[in-house]
Amino acid sequence: MIKFFLMVNKQGQTRLSRYYEHVEINKRTMLEAEVIKKCLSRSKDQCSFIEYKDFKLVYRQYAALFVVVGINETENEMAVYELIHNFVEVLDKYFSRVSELDVSFSVSEFHL
Amino acid sequence: MSDVVERTLSVLPGLLGQHEPGDGPGRAGGPGRVSATSRLGSLIRSITALTSKHEEEKLIQQELTSLKATVSAPTTTLRLMKECMVRLIYCEMLGYESSFGYIHAIKLAQQGNLLEKRVGYLAVSLFLHENHELLLLLVNTVVKDLQSTNLVEVCMALTVVSQIFPREMIPAVLPLIEDKLQHSKEIIRRKAVQALYKFYLIAPNQVQHIHDKFRKALCDRDAGVMAASLHIYLQMIKENSSGYKDLTGSFVTILKQVVGGKLPIDFNYHSVPAPWLQIQLLRILGLLGKDDPRTSELMYDVLDESLRRAEINHNITYAILFECVQTIYTIHPKSELLEKAAKCIGKFVLSPKINLKYLGLKALTYVIQQDPNLALQHQMTIIECLDHPDPIIKRETLELLYRITNGQNVTVIVQKMLDYLKESKEEYAVINLAGKIAELAEKYVPDNEWFIQTMNAVFSVGGDIMHPDIPNNFLRLLAEGFDDGKEDDQLRMYAVQSYLVLLEEEDALYPQKFLQVMSWVLGEYSSLVTDTDPEVILPKLHSLLRKTYVTFETKVWIMAAVTKIASRTSCSKTVDNLIEDFSNSLDTCMRQYAFELKHLCEDKALMKSLLPFDASCKDMVVDASLSFLDGFVAEGLGRGAAPYKPHHQRQEEKLSQEKALNFEPYGLSFASSVSSSGVTGRQSPTGLSFGSDTSGNSAEKGHKETNTLKLEGVRKLWGKEGYLPKKENKVGKENEPQTVSCGGLLAGQVGDPPASLSDQVASLSEEFKEKQQLASTLFIGLGSNAGVSLMGKADTATQKFKRKSKINETQNSEEASDFQNSAALDFGPLIDTVPINMEDCEGSIHTRLRKASLCSSDTVEDNLAFETPQSLKKSGLDDRLSDSRLSQSSLFADSNIEIFQPSPSAQCERASKTPLVPSLPEELEELTHSEVVELCQSDALSLYSCKVWTDDSLLLTVFVSNKTSSALHAVNLVFEEAEHFQILESLTYRFPVIEAQSVEHCQKCVWMDGVCTQGILSGSINYQSEMETCLEFSVTLSLLDFIRPMEMTTEDFGKLWLSLSNDVKQNIKMSSSQDSLSAALNTLQQKLKLHVVDVIGNEGILACQLLPSVPCLLHCRTHSGMLALWFRSPCSALPDGLLYQCQKVMEES
Repeated sequence: MIKFFLMVNKQGQTRLSRYYEHVEINKRTMLEAEVIKKCLSRSKDQCSFIEYKDFKLVYRQYAALFVVVGINETENEMAVYELIHNFVEVLDKYFSRVSELDVSFSVSEFHL
Repeated sequence: MSDVVERTLSVLPGLLGQHEPGDGPGRAGGPGRVSATSRLGSLIRSITALTSKHEEEKLIQQELTSLKATVSAPTTTLRLMKECMVRLIYCEMLGYESSFGYIHAIKLAQQGNLLEKRVGYLAVSLFLHENHELLLLLVNTVVKDLQSTNLVEVCMALTVVSQIFPREMIPAVLPLIEDKLQHSKEIIRRKAVQALYKFYLIAPNQVQHIHDKFRKALCDRDAGVMAASLHIYLQMIKENSSGYKDLTGSFVTILKQVVGGKLPIDFNYHSVPAPWLQIQLLRILGLLGKDDPRTSELMYDVLDESLRRAEINHNITYAILFECVQTIYTIHPKSELLEKAAKCIGKFVLSPKINLKYLGLKALTYVIQQDPNLALQHQMTIIECLDHPDPIIKRETLELLYRITNGQNVTVIVQKMLDYLKESKEEYAVINLAGKIAELAEKYVPDNEWFIQTMNAVFSVGGDIMHPDIPNNFLRLLAEGFDDGKEDDQLRMYAVQSYLVLLEEEDALYPQKFLQVMSWVLGEYSSLVTDTDPEVILPKLHSLLRKTYVTFETKVWIMAAVTKIASRTSCSKTVDNLIEDFSNSLDTCMRQYAFELKHLCEDKALMKSLLPFDASCKDMVVDASLSFLDGFVAEGLGRGAAPYKPHHQRQEEKLSQEKALNFEPYGLSFASSVSSSGVTGRQSPTGLSFGSDTSGNSAEKGHKETNTLKLEGVRKLWGKEGYLPKKENKVGKENEPQTVSCGGLLAGQVGDPPASLSDQVASLSEEFKEKQQLASTLFIGLGSNAGVSLMGKADTATQKFKRKSKINETQNSEEASDFQNSAALDFGPLIDTVPINMEDCEGSIHTRLRKASLCSSDTVEDNLAFETPQSLKKSGLDDRLSDSRLSQSSLFADSNIEIFQPSPSAQCERASKTPLVPSLPEELEELTHSEVVELCQSDALSLYSCKVWTDDSLLLTVFVSNKTSSALHAVNLVFEEAEHFQILESLTYRFPVIEAQSVEHCQKCVWMDGVCTQGILSGSINYQSEMETCLEFSVTLSLLDFIRPMEMTTEDFGKLWLSLSNDVKQNIKMSSSQDSLSAALNTLQQKLKLHVVDVIGNEGILACQLLPSVPCLLHCRTHSGMLALWFRSPCSALPDGLLYQCQKVMEES
């Protein structure tokens, strides 16, 4: 199960967030901050999966933008890893060369 | 879930075209799109320009205030509203609550044109959660949109339903969504399936009747619809794999087609056909093929094919391979496939790509239990991973090691885990790891010293966040000990000594839990260490008590320890000091303890008897009825106090009082107050005095009435340990695991590393040698000669500590006392039958007695039941049935005993010689029963079963026919414990002999414990022919097998109806053939065995009971082709289950 889907830039600004399980608003900000801190602390040659609390994070970096997905035990990490890429490819097609600005300026289009 | 997203994404471009013809700016690109959302744009730009968090907060607050004004202004156009919503979404995303906008989002979804509606729906699904109250307001909009002729509107409604929908309102939209399954557009069908999946997740009972429609969706010509239905199937198969075995063929075919590239090209991702779909299918196959050779057979080919196809080097194919490997190792094994899968894992593990390595380790962890040799092949890689710079890899490796731990390598592995534990800071990791270490340490303990040291490390690192079971288990272990008293004492002594050393250090900060463990052990066992004076220990504890970081809870533990130690010394200055210190403590609890201690010190004899040495395992008799308070209660009553009423009685009374004003919207003319005679009966003083009689009875068993307060205090400490298992028969001590603490060299020889490796050793550097030594210590016992039996879980011989639960014993004594109690009540007509029962059959004595006492308590009116706590507990919900039960209890009284009577031996005589085709014995033949079905067979035996529905139980009759020409001896029939079912008497049955070519049978009474619509009772039969043979079988039992009509009058029905709390309502469509109420009632009566109590106009009331005696009432009403069902029952799951059955039979007829 996917628990949440985040797009956060290196400065820690959330660009897109979608929760598939209800999380309270103030907890969301905390969670996002912790998640991005975790992702930033990892170097290129470390693997893209992190354990966080009782679930796993799968992240992928596109330039300064991180896409992070929170999943539980039953999910296949690699499949989710590629799913992120699929998502980004679709965005790329839709916006014809997607960039961080696109993401931030068209929030409503992104949540389809 | 991933697949949902994938599919959404794969059709996204096309969809957007449909969706947003008016949303030009979004597709126009460049500066155009920024200007369109200019307000949002400027907001984002100004936020980006800010430097501090504080400023951002100020800005957003400003923005929110202005938004609030705008949205609530009546002049705001929908267009502007939409724009405001987008900004609200943005604010909310940044973590600023904007709850004022929620209601406007719903309004927007309701009123706007397509585009505005979309934003409205989007905002709703982002803002609200499942249980939000505003969600109810959305239902109407959704219903309207579902009926719309505009495809896009329908689509949007379905999307929002599949994202978020209130559980209670499902019936309102369910028929509409069901219709959409036949829609001509595939996108609508797909979304409808997704919506149903959502319903299945939140309320599985409500969609149970459309299972065959799911099957249709699975065979849909559009791949997207099919893929969506897989989610439902994965979920359903997870819950009950045996019900869907017949679909295996279809899944295999689908996977074949997908792998073969038969899907439309749109589904390809990097030229891999529908990878996420494949993963989903592989998972389903894995679940289906688990432990089932026949089903597994079907999928070998396609798995092989998948492995072969997935050879392109791309991440996504690795993901598929991983899933394949998992499936191959889950299903019934086939050596060829296993080999290939193992090769695959090897490739992963050896890969330089870190993500793949991770995946390989994960796969290895999964398969290691089946195939320990695989770990040997990769041991060097595993060692490398253990020192990997990436903590995640390290963590995964430890997980792997945890699985291969055995008695010989436990020291090394636990050491590695402890090292990691000390480094890691994350709470969850610590909790998890501490638990695992404690488990391993307990399971494979090589020697006492090591065990205590390890546990000390766990306690001090794990601290207070670890699972509370760990210290509890540890203490229990110390208290129970093992076989050998001397060994136990050594362990305890060692523990005491090590804690004394730890407490030496003045400023060390220990976690509270650790301190609690220490103080308990010191209190219990410090006297074992003879060379230490209590005067050394007591000051230490005293100083702890004065420390500020010690919490109150811990202080209580310490205080208890002090009390225990003090009871074993004559006179101690420290104790006196301590009493003085705390006698005027601000904490009342501590003061209480200090006073108690003081008084106890004055009376040493009492103190000794109260705190016996090493008695933590002894059972403590607690007077649960609080009989010593009876005098006090009687006095209170004498002074005119109101008698105590149990909680539910109070509720009932309240309910009946309310009813005078508050009429339920209920058509029938029921008497609306609860029978007053019942209530007054309960309050009568005779009832009370009787209550004290019986409880006085139990008090005679000797409780320390004088010291209740103290007792309570001690109990707090000893907790559940009063009920703790005692040492019983323990596993043989002889095969104690050999210690490997001497480490690498010795173990290296024992461990028998593969030959190829030892060849290499010569040419390797020192460092490598070290690693290899480590490897051989780690993998000792995994070698082929050491055998699989030494592996992890299978290894029971080395388990030093084995616990045997004493629960059974306690239960027995409980029941025995029940018996005493009920025997003491020598009134009630049934009591005469009790002794007879007893002679009948030892095994079922308690069950029957329970019933007997239950019935007798009925007959002496409820006053008895309400005043004696024991019988109150037993009667449970039956009490609420009050009057209506008289008839029922007489039913019990008669049939119950007759049915149970056949004791095993009698049965054998009766079923002497019958023909090979089994048929029921005559006395059962007359009762309603099912067909005789074959369960399983072997060369020698055939097993048949038949369900006989008697009035008060389900009699499962099992026939065993001997097909050979010689007699079979000692045939044992064993049922497994089932979650939902209870087999009365024993789970086993033994046929001493079955003659050649003959049939024997046995009967088992089955009750349903937990309500479920269908369940499986499985078991096995073993017999001795040339060799020991065992046959497994399973019987499917449905809820209906346990439903019996319940006869009652309309008046009783009314009373009972009001007293029941759980209700479920549902409307179901009536088919044309049964459009009248009487026809519908007829169906229910015949198919579900419901009793029709009364029919008034277009309403009817029915009653039934779930065996043994859970009633369920049903009220139905017809209006315009619909049948409104309203269930009530004391059991919450029963109405749901019955509703499902009703839907089924109504649909069938």
